[in-house]
Amino acid sequence: MTPINIITGTAAPLPLPNIDTDQIIPKQFLKRIERTGYGDFLFFDWRYNLDTPDHVSERKDFVLNKPEYKGAEILIAEKNFGCGSSREHAAWAINQYGFRAVIAPSFADIFFSNAGKNGIILCRLTEEEVATLLERCTKDPKHTLTINLEAQTVTDEQGFKAHFDIDPFRKHCLLNGLDDIGLTLLHEAELDSYEAKHSEEFWLAPKAAV
Amino acid sequence: MSTQNSVQAIAPRTMFEKVWQQHVVAEPAGEPTILYIDLQLVHEVTSPQAFDGLRLTGRKLRRPDRHIATVDHNVPTTSVQDRLVIADQISNAQVNALRKNCAEFGIEFFDVQDAAQGIVHMIGPELGATKPGMTIVCGDSHTSTHGAFGALAFGIGTSEVEHVMATQTLPQSKPKTFRINVEGELPYGVTAKDIILDIIGRIGTDGATGYVVEYAGSAIRALSMEGRMTICNMSIEAGARAGMIAPDETTFNYLKGRRFSPGTHTNLVSPSIAKDPAVGTTTSVHEAEWNLAVEQWAALVTDEGAVFDRELNIDATKLAPSVTWGTSPGMVTTIDSTVPSIDDAPSEADKKSFSRALEYMDLKPGTKIEDINVDAVFLGSCTNARIEDLRAAAKVVDGYHVATTVRAMVVPGSQSVKHQAEEEGLDRVFKTAGFEWREPGCSMCLGMNPDILQPGERCASTSNRNFEGRQGRGGRTHLLSPAMAAAAAITGHLTDVRNWKFNSSKGGSR
Repeated sequence: MTPINIITGTAAPLPLPNIDTDQIIPKQFLKRIERTGYGDFLFFDWRYNLDTPDHVSERKDFVLNKPEYKGAEILIAEKNFGCGSSREHAAWAINQYGFRAVIAPSFADIFFSNAGKNGIILCRLTEEEVATLLERCTKDPKHTLTINLEAQTVTDEQGFKAHFDIDPFRKHCLLNGLDDIGLTLLHEAELDSYEAKHSEEFWLAPKAAV
Repeated sequence: MSTQNSVQAIAPRTMFEKVWQQHVVAEPAGEPTILYIDLQLVHEVTSPQAFDGLRLTGRKLRRPDRHIATVDHNVPTTSVQDRLVIADQISNAQVNALRKNCAEFGIEFFDVQDAAQGIVHMIGPELGATKPGMTIVCGDSHTSTHGAFGALAFGIGTSEVEHVMATQTLPQSKPKTFRINVEGELPYGVTAKDIILDIIGRIGTDGATGYVVEYAGSAIRALSMEGRMTICNMSIEAGARAGMIAPDETTFNYLKGRRFSPGTHTNLVSPSIAKDPAVGTTTSVHEAEWNLAVEQWAALVTDEGAVFDRELNIDATKLAPSVTWGTSPGMVTTIDSTVPSIDDAPSEADKKSFSRALEYMDLKPGTKIEDINVDAVFLGSCTNARIEDLRAAAKVVDGYHVATTVRAMVVPGSQSVKHQAEEEGLDRVFKTAGFEWREPGCSMCLGMNPDILQPGERCASTSNRNFEGRQGRGGRTHLLSPAMAAAAAITGHLTDVRNWKFNSSKGGSR
């Protein structure tokens, strides 16, 4: 994972609550066995008209299709972003489209975890703060935000400043681009001794001993 | 187990806390707890990138014996032949990747033609792989289903799937606890599905975010394992990390004699018989071993006086059959009411969702729910495709015919359920009535296989999500119980099953 700290850029406003992972990336794109190539399918049903089964065209009124929001690196939405399915493809699609952070009042648990594993910063701000940013970024697509992970702040050039909470461990991993599996394997000795004792508890084994 | 004295010294604990504590491998300062995972269930959609990750980093799969795999999301439900080689080449490649990965990493795999194949959340319990007190994960949000057995079970993303493969652990921050007490006798025609839809409607789709929910109370105790699984299954639809129900005699009776249950000895029968998941009749149970397991499981229940971070009480006697009207499981009402208006939205943000949902669903506020016509009926999914669900639906259907305006299908959740339903003659009831009788899989719950709605089609569905496009782009979904879905198939519109006139010898048990 690439270390990440400061993001300065424009933001695309998506002023809806409960945006589920089926909207972020519909099921037909989950059949692929690769980890890359999902950016083009982000918000597929909202982003494209299906003219024929094999031909799509952009929906001009969808925010990501408006020329003024091309290149936005931050996505802003309302509460409970990423609810529904556990598909990590949602985080992959957001990341591979080019977003490096999402700002919302709240996120669903599994999406929250998936985003962290993919170096996406999730900023939980209050509903009022999110409303302010949505308004400013809707009014002016060039409106620039700065997210500072180290300082845990979101700021803009008009004096907006908000603090966001983040678990210190997650922050540490994002700042340093750390691999979770590698960190767990630092505890391999504890794992070995736990497992030796645990295997005596046969009622917790998935398969009974023959 | 002479831990009685030390147990008494400990403050009262919730079931969740007991399971959590038993699985703590390490608690590094300033980091999440490293939690041991007893079982990882694997399916074709969320695993290929995890296996690739292991290969790329040269890591081993630590405990193949703590993994079980099957194919469910992609598989066609039309015929055995269509399933062996899937016409959609991308789907076929994904299924083949799982076959290859399971062989390479030594994971027990239940392929499409196996008698134990089915939706991953169906087969864990059916095999007795799901048991009380375990930690269970799967790259699928409906892993919460397994909590019905008093397991701590939750859905994870593909990076975490890889983490479990490599370490048999997950770094986890401890969730908060939330007990929902459902007390009283359920009224006639009201089921487990109606309880959970009602709960989601009350607390919202993010109402339990950050919590593990324990469902308790006399209405929950009275449910079968099938009903309990329906409730825990949809915990994720309220945002919960997991749902749990305390194990009791119902749980133990369900598990006894299953293939992977403690004390079940399958080496006494021929391998061909042992492949049948209904092993109870063909294997022997070592009673002492079984009793020891039951003793451990019985101790998992929440102690008297244990404190939850949040509690909610629901009067079961006041519940009615539930139906969703919108594009989120929280947009739910009762069958005897009307489509709400934007002003009924609980908050300003929700007003926008209500407006969008009414437009997407093509519904006008004030319309009677019973006046909504449907084009399709889907009886299936890990929420409601168990034997009890099919029995309830068959009772309604028996002696009637599907409306000419409706296409209706039954997709049993597993080979085991399909087999049992056929033994009981339920397939004939459905087929005679004009339902299609399909092979097991996730099917139209999410439409990754060819079973999808056409744009604008409206479906009464026993599944778990009514998101925009979930069952097919432009498709409209109303979530409800199996009996209600069956009634809608017959009448062609959403129908109050409490007024149903049962025809049959199988039905009519008012």
